[in-house]
Amino acid sequence: MFSKSWRSLLIGAALGVAVLSVQAADMAADAFIRQVSGDVIDAVKSDKAIQAGDFKKVVALVDARILPHVDFHRMTASAVGRYWRQASPEQQKRLEDEFKILLVRTYSGALAQIKDQVIDLKPLRAKPEDTEVVVRSEVKGKGEPIQLDYRLSKSGEAWKIYDVNVLGVWLVETYRASFAQEISASGIDGLIKKLADKNKAALAAKG
Amino acid sequence: MKRSWRGLIGLTVLIGLGWLQGCATAQNPDPFETVNRRVFDFNDRVDEVVLVPVAQSYRDWVPQPVRTGIRNVASNATDGWSAINLFLQGRGGDGLSELTRFLTNSTFGLLGVLDIATELGLERYNEDFGQTLGKWGVGPGAYIVWPFLGPSSVRDSIGTGADQWGSLESRITPLTDRYAFTATRLLDTRARLLGATGMLDSIALDKYSFVRNGYLQRRRSLVYDGNPPEEEPPPEDRYDPAADK
Repeated sequence: MFSKSWRSLLIGAALGVAVLSVQAADMAADAFIRQVSGDVIDAVKSDKAIQAGDFKKVVALVDARILPHVDFHRMTASAVGRYWRQASPEQQKRLEDEFKILLVRTYSGALAQIKDQVIDLKPLRAKPEDTEVVVRSEVKGKGEPIQLDYRLSKSGEAWKIYDVNVLGVWLVETYRASFAQEISASGIDGLIKKLADKNKAALAAKG
Repeated sequence: MKRSWRGLIGLTVLIGLGWLQGCATAQNPDPFETVNRRVFDFNDRVDEVVLVPVAQSYRDWVPQPVRTGIRNVASNATDGWSAINLFLQGRGGDGLSELTRFLTNSTFGLLGVLDIATELGLERYNEDFGQTLGKWGVGPGAYIVWPFLGPSSVRDSIGTGADQWGSLESRITPLTDRYAFTATRLLDTRARLLGATGMLDSIALDKYSFVRNGYLQRRRSLVYDGNPPEEEPPPEDRYDPAADK
């Protein structure tokens, strides 16, 4: 996919953002979402190539600005649900990797459609000491506002996103149903294969 | 004579739906999966062969301001009904706001072409009768996929019937004009969904169950105005950080 140097550059950029977010320590969860989404929207708006759908650039943006803030491990484990404990460490790792590619792909497609949107955060209903909170927001642009909520957990000083809700539909819950269906039909390896095939097909279609 | 026939058919459908309502359980919201899947595949074919190409041409050839005007008129046609639903749900203040919105756009907005009300800060609530029934405590019942119309539930099928009646669309005469209006509205809706449905194929493992799950979750969320009580997954599915890593 990426050459070695590309990859190290991305990792470097990701680490940079991670360090920045640690410096912004002890931020409230909603302020954290405001910062991350503001960064991403600004980056998309100022980059014609991304708006034109340049897939590599979008993925680079996601890698740099978003991935450091997402707890993919927890996301995958929750989506696999009861079968997670039955999976071997290798299976768990492959599930996490493929699920991540699938989600990045999805998210990248959505990002390229950002034009004049702004994020409107709703009042946070959480106590300062809470380590698991829901941040609710609306994306406003032309047309009707789109509901966009996040589940966040705090480990140490940093917030991490572990579930997203678009228009009232939680991502993990939706995939939990799909994954369970696939696993009961063809096992954990069957699910891994299905995810990998999906990702391969989509990559081929992108050219 | 004609009227009483209509009433009889309506009653039969209601009794039938009432029976269906009893079929679904929390463990199995989709007792008619076999039939539903067939209809879903049929709809998918129709969509692929007819609707998507037409919607794409519409999007590419009809200028944005015209499409916005069309969408505004279609939305406005249901805003009065939405206000009534807000009243039925006991939300008087919101109902008044929606009613003001409807009246503003119908007059100053030139029959709804211009959405002046939104610019004045009157946001759209867009409540339908399915949501009202939900607020009254009616569960969704069995999941149903209708030919051409797509995903629904027993409750929302009744809702859609009432919504049709409540929309200004059903008051349009002659019939040919009404059908033209309906066709344009559906075309515009389909065109706006092109981006989302294009993505569906690449993110869903099984499109049918993905759509079903999304539909039921979304409708539940709408009944609770975007803020439903948390539904914990069953204990064996819950993520336990201590047992992991």
